[in-house]
Amino acid sequence: MRREVPLIITAIVGVVMVVQYFIPHVPFSKVSNWQSDWFSIVAACAIWLGALNLFKTSLQKIFSRRGEWGYAVIIVVCFLIVAVVGFAEGRDFRNPGTWSDWIYNYVYSPLSSTMYAILAFFVASASYRAFRARNLDATLLLVAAFLVMVGRVPVGDVATGFLPEHWRLSDLATWIMNFPNTAGQRAIMIGVALGTVSASLRIILGIERSHLGGD
Amino acid sequence: MFRLLLIILVVALCAIWYVGRHAGWFGSVSFSPAVSLLVSIMLGLSIVWILILTIRGKFAERRVVFLYVGIAVAMPLFMSLTQKVAISSEAQMLYDYLQKVPPGSKVLVTFDYDPPSAAELQPMAESFLRYGFAHDFKMIIFGLWPQGPQQANLALTKILDEPDIRAKLPVYGVDYVNLGFQSGNEFVIQRLGSDFKSMFPADYQGTPYDSLPLVRNVRNYANVDYSFNLSAGYPGTKEWVLFAVDRYGLKMGAGNTAVQTTGMYPYVRSGQLLGILGGMNGAAEFEQLTGTLAKGTKFMLSQSFSHLVVVAFIVIGNVAYFMHERRKGKRSL
Amino acid sequence: MNTGIMDHLALWTAAFLTLGIISFLYRDNVWYKICEAVFVGASAGYWFVTYFWDNIYGKFWVGVFPGDPSRSPDYALLVGGALGLLMLMRLIPKIGWLSRWPLAFIVGATAGLNLIGYFASNVMVQVADTVRPLLGADGGASLYDVIGNVVVAVGTFTALIYFFFSKEHKGAFGGAAKVGIFVLMVTFGASFGYTVMSRMSLLIGRIDFLLGDWLGLIK
Repeated sequence: MRREVPLIITAIVGVVMVVQYFIPHVPFSKVSNWQSDWFSIVAACAIWLGALNLFKTSLQKIFSRRGEWGYAVIIVVCFLIVAVVGFAEGRDFRNPGTWSDWIYNYVYSPLSSTMYAILAFFVASASYRAFRARNLDATLLLVAAFLVMVGRVPVGDVATGFLPEHWRLSDLATWIMNFPNTAGQRAIMIGVALGTVSASLRIILGIERSHLGGD
Repeated sequence: MFRLLLIILVVALCAIWYVGRHAGWFGSVSFSPAVSLLVSIMLGLSIVWILILTIRGKFAERRVVFLYVGIAVAMPLFMSLTQKVAISSEAQMLYDYLQKVPPGSKVLVTFDYDPPSAAELQPMAESFLRYGFAHDFKMIIFGLWPQGPQQANLALTKILDEPDIRAKLPVYGVDYVNLGFQSGNEFVIQRLGSDFKSMFPADYQGTPYDSLPLVRNVRNYANVDYSFNLSAGYPGTKEWVLFAVDRYGLKMGAGNTAVQTTGMYPYVRSGQLLGILGGMNGAAEFEQLTGTLAKGTKFMLSQSFSHLVVVAFIVIGNVAYFMHERRKGKRSL
Repeated sequence: MNTGIMDHLALWTAAFLTLGIISFLYRDNVWYKICEAVFVGASAGYWFVTYFWDNIYGKFWVGVFPGDPSRSPDYALLVGGALGLLMLMRLIPKIGWLSRWPLAFIVGATAGLNLIGYFASNVMVQVADTVRPLLGADGGASLYDVIGNVVVAVGTFTALIYFFFSKEHKGAFGGAAKVGIFVLMVTFGASFGYTVMSRMSLLIGRIDFLLGDWLGLIK
């Protein structure tokens, strides 16, 4: 029951998705459409699971006074404020002028944007300390990075303005992106795709079961 | 104690400036080209000084590098230097195809990103919407990221406020519609191939699908003339190519964050994507192509300076490394 | 709601939170940790509400109970609702194993969809496009394109050879793998360049907010 049913579900659902690609007609199209609808609902519940789990673990931290539990209080309070306001405002909660929109624009957006923005500093610092042309491979990487970094911004063409048109840094960067980069990315793409295909087959056939966890 | 006083001082200065700006005591600050050049030279010279220190074996502390990055990004925002953005072949390709899309076409604009990527993608979104309204596209907007439709609304609010666009009197539900968000990633894309209404029974505000004149007769991708995907990751351009372009023949161009762009080039070369805009540079390119310069172009000076600072620090690190290796080699002899 | 005072409060709130996150650059501190906790809580709350209104209510509830006589209820959605409910059972340790069923559904559906999708788009189309006529379909390709076609074909092939680990990288095979590494290094270099571009763009966005929207120092 605990292992067999999931394996059967995986196999049936997987096979239907494969077959509907080749036979996009009833009944496969119908079942595939149902599955897409169900997927959408299950995915929403999975997000709910994550949010509720965060709420639960934060509460546990608060009640057991573990570690820096004060921050868990902030998490719970913010979660509740955003959730209560969102539910109270109904389906139009994101419309301009609502409290949810205010929270999105002036709390959520600045925090999430800045969280990623500060990575710029660490990229620069790490490049300074660790990006070395130790051998031919690393040198190639470094040179390509230089050319793309400088060639993709206007200063690259300002610096090579004396060269004839189509021979400037921006053209070189375009060439790198369109040919060697495309070749490398394509090889990675094909490799990943073949890996995905084999992993998918293993999952559908029930050979790969790690996603079901232990008993 | 000293740090606390410093913070209080900075906050107080910011508060004074803030109040002063609103009271009309201060205006904005702008460097003339001469001052801009002077600041740039000073920044360059100080980096040479860092190089000398590093060669002497004194690596700059990480906060010094942080400071340089901050200055490289902030200073150009005050400068009045103009730069010409070179147009890449893939941006030109996107624009060329767009010009062939006739007025009145139904265009899908999908917002698959969130605020962290807005700095790169919002200028693209605004430029595309501006172009779309100016060319009378009928735009169907939605997102596979929960924040997408809200980012779309921010862009719509801004663009609809521009005099040229306002003069065209675009009507919600007739000229554009925001269908909101739907979870399910690539399954949503796949399902839209057979039935839009099933995934979006109502729009962003709960208006039933059939009550919206623009989409009433849009059943699936066959009723869409062109699609523009703004993407910052998963689900995004890759999934659209796999499950809408290749399977249902959707014609699509894309605007991606720079991080994601490199991986999309094989799709551009194979013709699965009809052009791509990559990062802030892509946004600036599209602004140049459409002739309306906005934030993408404005920020390119900061982008140039920050790239140069990163390149300079990599060079400094490598010069120091090779000097050190040479010294080590001499000692071992 | 958007009175003058609310606009000021909004800008100061956003600036306070932005600076709080930036303060991490100096070192880990209380201000940063508070902002981080606010971010975690607000994000979870935002996602919780969004997924409720757009999916659980907008798609499932309205789909099953349309409330509009012209629309017929879609009872097939009940299966999705049941699977979703089973997913939430994970929160109750005793019956947490039930969440494996919806998980199996998600994994199976994704595997089935990706199996063909990836193979068709990322293998078949890519391989077909890699082997192009050297001089173009009409024989009129420029030297630039001819060189480009060769670079893409040779680069893709050799980089794929590098990924083939079932045979020792020696002799001609090893030589090809070496060329493949060079191609991959250029690819990674380009990716690094674009990553820097991306990160800097995000920072520019925040600095623009602080100096422009908040302080009004720049236009």
